[in-house]
Amino acid sequence: MPLSKQEWLALEKKANELRRLCLDTTFWAGSGHIGGGMSVMDILTVLYHKYLNIKVEDPNWADRDRLILSKGHAGIAYAPVLVDKGFNDPEQLKTFNHTNSKMGIHLDSNKVVGVDASTGSLGHGLPIALGTALAARVQGKNYKTYCILGDGECDEGSNWEAAMAAVQFKATNLISFVDRNKCMIDGRTEDVMNLEPFCDKWSAFGFIVKEIDGQNIKELTEAIDFALENKTDKPVMIVANTIKGAGIDFMEDDYRWHYGALDEDKYNQAKASLDRYYEKRVARAEKEGA
Amino acid sequence: MAGGLTYTAVDSTALSTAEYYGKALCELGEQHPEVVALTADLGKSTKIGMFGEKFPDRFFNVGIAEQNMFGIAAGMAKAGLVPFLSTFSVFASLRSADQLHTDICYQNVNAKIIATHSGTSFGQAGSTHHAICDMAVCRSIPNLTVICPADGMETVNAVRAAYDNFGPYYIRINRGFDRVLYPNTDYGFEVGKAVQLHEGTDITVIACGSCAFQALQAANFLDSADGLKVRVLNMHTIKPIDREAILKAVMDTRRIITVEDHTVIGGLGSAVAEVIVESGKGCAFKQLGIQDKFAPIGLHEDIMSILGIDSNGIIDAVREVMGKDFELDDDWDDEV
Repeated sequence: MPLSKQEWLALEKKANELRRLCLDTTFWAGSGHIGGGMSVMDILTVLYHKYLNIKVEDPNWADRDRLILSKGHAGIAYAPVLVDKGFNDPEQLKTFNHTNSKMGIHLDSNKVVGVDASTGSLGHGLPIALGTALAARVQGKNYKTYCILGDGECDEGSNWEAAMAAVQFKATNLISFVDRNKCMIDGRTEDVMNLEPFCDKWSAFGFIVKEIDGQNIKELTEAIDFALENKTDKPVMIVANTIKGAGIDFMEDDYRWHYGALDEDKYNQAKASLDRYYEKRVARAEKEGA
Repeated sequence: MAGGLTYTAVDSTALSTAEYYGKALCELGEQHPEVVALTADLGKSTKIGMFGEKFPDRFFNVGIAEQNMFGIAAGMAKAGLVPFLSTFSVFASLRSADQLHTDICYQNVNAKIIATHSGTSFGQAGSTHHAICDMAVCRSIPNLTVICPADGMETVNAVRAAYDNFGPYYIRINRGFDRVLYPNTDYGFEVGKAVQLHEGTDITVIACGSCAFQALQAANFLDSADGLKVRVLNMHTIKPIDREAILKAVMDTRRIITVEDHTVIGGLGSAVAEVIVESGKGCAFKQLGIQDKFAPIGLHEDIMSILGIDSNGIIDAVREVMGKDFELDDDWDDEV
């Protein structure tokens, strides 16, 4: 189903709310992985508000779709999504990272409702996601497993072990993304450890690769629709080109905002920037939507 | 108890320890459709391949990629399956230690690691394939139960217990044939409870794995040759350790020796030492095992002899410790 303009605008509105909530959470926590949180937020929004077959009232429903956030440091983006969805008490965001909080930088699947795997150690998500995808096959279930990787973590060899296995086992019920924001802690990905030709690598491992603008909701939905309609025996990898800190002008495309702290001035600047960013995003949806 | 098959004394000499594991796993597979098996190109060596032959749709050979195997198993367990994973102990505990720690144990999923070729049992392969610190690594990870069975029958019991109890298990078994300690599985195996192999009041030898048989042999010899009454405990469960049996040994015998095919740092000996020290009671104590070095290349029984963890080494150690005293008074210079 092509994305209607109305649906597109609704997703833009939700993404904007979630970016704001991620910013607030970072402010409440004092600091956080806001750069990668902002880059991945559109992927999370589209999945949680258009695709994932989940039940808030039954978070452990055996037939639910799974989401494995392999870039687990984006918990500061993921927690707001799960709270907004109704899985967790909104007050918990205000204690994010505080001593004895249920929510810390890397979300614990045994403490935060709706989290399918405790991630944070990089290079772990794709193997775990492949495991849940293969479990669906063993159990005769139709659920899908989605996995979101960071690009920096693709340095980890375990991802490529999982890539080989996903293709070997024809795990087409696994739909993967890379949040390709081109930044990692110590610098730009191409400066620290070159990933290119990145899409070709996934293709060479046997994936069908869709390269898209990861800050474009229409392109995201088209890529996911493509993956869901995939009739081949190859899994789909969506390489989503994104912008670190998307929407907050002083953070955008700056690897130094992998992790950062916000004082009140910066917080207010960020809010104003997100408002302007939302206006631009709405204007694009209005213009390009049908 | 998963129960079902019974084993005879004839089986116990005809099958390797890993083949017992393979049979026990197949039995679990028949009873429980949620049991799946994974290996990293060691289906034949670890005998998990026996499961694969019976249940090809529930068997996953991930190639030589242990980290991926542990991650996949965690995902499967999260989705309600009960994965059994097998590779060599050295790889299970070290190559994929991060995945074991984080994906399996931190998430506390119901995955069972049956690690073969433990200790120096793959002796001729050298230190790249000896697992001398796996129990130390595994014992220190929360939520993980660690078992080192003494022989084939005990392996069957341990594998069944791993299925029967929720949570991550690490079971280390040897390559090849173990000396037979138990003719069948009916001797009261219970996770976390030591099994007494020989009664004694003079000294206690606490052993695990292949050293348990050696300890029993040593006790029988010392009984007839020296008139010493050596209590022998098969401490098959390294974590949770049987504190009660250790404390009883402290009180009853005041002398304890531990024996393990593993470094003396962090394994059975360390676990026992922690209980002894915390008891606050005086107790002569000696650890037999690998003394903070890499083991030589060779046949397993030769290596055990060189390391002093065979019956001769245990006999020597018992005689040495019997000459020592635990502190009874304020004179700290009267021990041998």
